[in-house]
Amino acid sequence: MSVNARFFASLKERVGHGSVSVDVAEAACVRDVWYAVTGEGPGEEVLVAINKEYADFDAAVVDGDEVAFFPPITGG
Amino acid sequence: MHIEIRHQAFNPWHELEAYTRSASHRNQAGACATFVGSMRDFNEGDTVRTMHLEHYPGMTEKQLGVIVDEVSKENGLLDVLVLHRVGDINPGEEIVLVGCWSSHRKAAFDSCRLIMEALKSKAPFWKKEKLLDRERWVSRNTPG
Repeated sequence: MSVNARFFASLKERVGHGSVSVDVAEAACVRDVWYAVTGEGPGEEVLVAINKEYADFDAAVVDGDEVAFFPPITGG
Repeated sequence: MHIEIRHQAFNPWHELEAYTRSASHRNQAGACATFVGSMRDFNEGDTVRTMHLEHYPGMTEKQLGVIVDEVSKENGLLDVLVLHRVGDINPGEEIVLVGCWSSHRKAAFDSCRLIMEALKSKAPFWKKEKLLDRERWVSRNTPG
């Protein structure tokens, strides 16, 4: 199945792109999506969202999901 | 309730006046508390020339909506206005405006603080500062 992985702020620069389509196995979780793109562990605090709702690295993903990775928030 | 991401500079006082004039709660609101956050020209001991504010279109608005809904219900607010800048920002320009209207002052005061603190930890925005000699992502918000 395929999901759309998105990266923001410093993670976009680290990974090298803001959005990429990723093929992962059935029953994959967010962690699998991260590894499929980066090939390494997060190594720092990384927040996760699935379809614009907060999630965690162990959350399951399904075909067509938008899985976003971003650093701690610094707005306001 | 009105939540908006702005790509251009705004005058918070003009925004508040215009919003208040058009508000249907005008005769019920005994209190309005506001917070305006602006860009400083210094951070962590360095001069900051400009800043770029990135957001996650769709999720940022969604999370702001969740925050405002929760605080409004908890404190019985009449109305809330949230404006937040994104893009390139210069020192002295406003970054965020939060306005809370309620029948009495406690709910407005408390809610304004609650919304701001939740915004700073749950609404996806990221600041990148341009210093005199380099750029850097802001890694953490100031404590308050």
